[in-house]
Amino acid sequence: MSEMSMNKIRKAFEHGKAFIPFITCGDPNLDTTREVIREMAENGADLIELGIPFSDPTAEGPVIQDASLRALQAGTTTDKIFDMVRELRKEIATPFVFMTYANVIFSYGIEKFAKRAEEIGMDGLILPDVPYEEKQEFASVFRSHGLDLISLIAPTSHSRIRMIAREAEGFVYCVSSLGVTGMRQSITTNVGEMVDLVKSVNPQIPCAIGFGISNPEQAKKMAASADGVIVGSAIVKMIGEYGTDAPKHVGAFVKEMKEAVEQA
Amino acid sequence: MTNENGRFGIHGGQYIPETLMNALLELEQAYNHYKADEEFNKELQMLLNEYAGRPSRLYFAEKMTRDLGGAKIYLKREDLNHTGAHKINNVLGQALLAKKMGKTRLIAETGAGQHGVATATAAALLDMECVVYMGEEDTRRQALNVYRMKLLGAEVVPVTTGTATLKDAVSEAMREWTNRISDTHYCLGSVMGPHPFPTIVRDFQAVISEEIKAQILEKEGKLPDAVIACVGGGSNAIGAFYHFIEDKDVRLIGCEAAGRGVDTFETAATIATGKLGIFHGMKSYFCQDKYGQIAPVYSISAGLDYPGIGPEHAWLHDTGRAEYVPVTDDEAVDAFEYLSRMEGIIPAIESAHAIAYAKKIAPVMEKDQIIVINISGRGDKDCAAIARYRGENINE
Repeated sequence: MSEMSMNKIRKAFEHGKAFIPFITCGDPNLDTTREVIREMAENGADLIELGIPFSDPTAEGPVIQDASLRALQAGTTTDKIFDMVRELRKEIATPFVFMTYANVIFSYGIEKFAKRAEEIGMDGLILPDVPYEEKQEFASVFRSHGLDLISLIAPTSHSRIRMIAREAEGFVYCVSSLGVTGMRQSITTNVGEMVDLVKSVNPQIPCAIGFGISNPEQAKKMAASADGVIVGSAIVKMIGEYGTDAPKHVGAFVKEMKEAVEQA
Repeated sequence: MTNENGRFGIHGGQYIPETLMNALLELEQAYNHYKADEEFNKELQMLLNEYAGRPSRLYFAEKMTRDLGGAKIYLKREDLNHTGAHKINNVLGQALLAKKMGKTRLIAETGAGQHGVATATAAALLDMECVVYMGEEDTRRQALNVYRMKLLGAEVVPVTTGTATLKDAVSEAMREWTNRISDTHYCLGSVMGPHPFPTIVRDFQAVISEEIKAQILEKEGKLPDAVIACVGGGSNAIGAFYHFIEDKDVRLIGCEAAGRGVDTFETAATIATGKLGIFHGMKSYFCQDKYGQIAPVYSISAGLDYPGIGPEHAWLHDTGRAEYVPVTDDEAVDAFEYLSRMEGIIPAIESAHAIAYAKKIAPVMEKDQIIVINISGRGDKDCAAIARYRGENINE
């Protein structure tokens, strides 16, 4: 594991509880995405998840499915996203991780993708369709390019949590609920228990909770039992509503959410 | 044939969200237990024989043989099974397994509707709840099957995302499974998806080749020279191939849906036009663009309208043990009409792809050679669509 990248993702968790926003790159276009990322960084985002759209995102709910489709229809490609990130890196130091699906990386060439991601200043990746059993093919290549492959644990993981946590890099993504991404009225899983299990085998690894969190109250509640919270669909929905006007709205939302998690 | 992690050569695997991993491990464990369980096998055999009507006939198509003037042609009549297709073989196995596992609810994807109908049927028989995901486009192409599923007590959910066809139905069924796991079994309809599905579905469909082998040895005293089946995900084909894989002199031929042609974008021929990728839980060949976005495929046949192929087929292709050939809409429709008039058998438009290829190779084969065509389903469901294809509008 590269010391630099490890430190960089870890650093995201050194300013109190972390707030981690997600955005589908290219929705509705990459110029808007660029502005949204600037707003996120300026308003206190500790780490930013950049979604590379995939045609058939099987782990996503309707909000991110629709955004992925809009982004692809707008002509967004992996290479165009690389170009955008390379430019943004000149002004933004916030850690970035890509969130996408195995085939996007596999078809690009895992080695070629990892090399490009390292060159443009990415810090890690989240691949929801690559579980523990399949991760080696990707993680070994990413590691040699200083990129962390973030592990996910779910409410159904039970005894798998220890095995996953032991080898976790960067941070552990705790999936709060069954099902796909999307906003939820309430979260009933005992995520605190999941986090405790992770820490029992890997005390240093930060844990961030995602799936279903959409407002400051939920964020504050979830942040109380973890090191950070991740919000995707609520932001993507905002972008769907406001389109090219979305950046300032997202900026205000990120500010509010960061304040909420800090109170946890 | 499969190694520990569900790989067929480099293909297969378990590329699936963590939320589903324990469900897959439990399924694998339960399957390994019950496949060796005498009581389970007795119960399944009873259902296959008494309820589904197995064994299915191996019929000598004498008129077709004479007409084509070459190899002797036998038809494996999976269309005569209860519910009208091979799909019931797998569904009875999985539904019984799910029941033993304590599940009370089945969900399934369907393309042509045959797998959905079979699942709805098994759910009715075994007193289980059933929800079927079907692309909205397919609910229009296969309206009769939608009604059959509802009649059997299933809920049919039209899927409007993506291309609103089979791949989107699979995606939606997977999403629903992550949402509700404890009481629900995902009854996957083809030899695809994450391990252990490709192995489970293949084992339950392997009865087709087991029967063909015994039947042809009885009738002809020798093995066939070629076994031909259509391939979407590939469940009827793997079923028809499986017990011949070690018999190297038997040609195994899978017919892919070429749609309007493999040189157009309106095709679903994965081996002919796809490349290696990872999708729907497996590594295999997929129709996709240079950035790995899954291509919107097309075929007149809703059941073959899928951008991938099961991992065991991908491996049989890699090793050269099986051949995969593209067959166009036009050729399939011709074959659909041909078998109807020639033998009085209306095949599913899916199966017609296999018939079309047999028509090409039979005339150039010797008269003492034998071809077995797997007639995976019956064609009642396709009549309205084929009439439309020929410019005739009929009311069902």
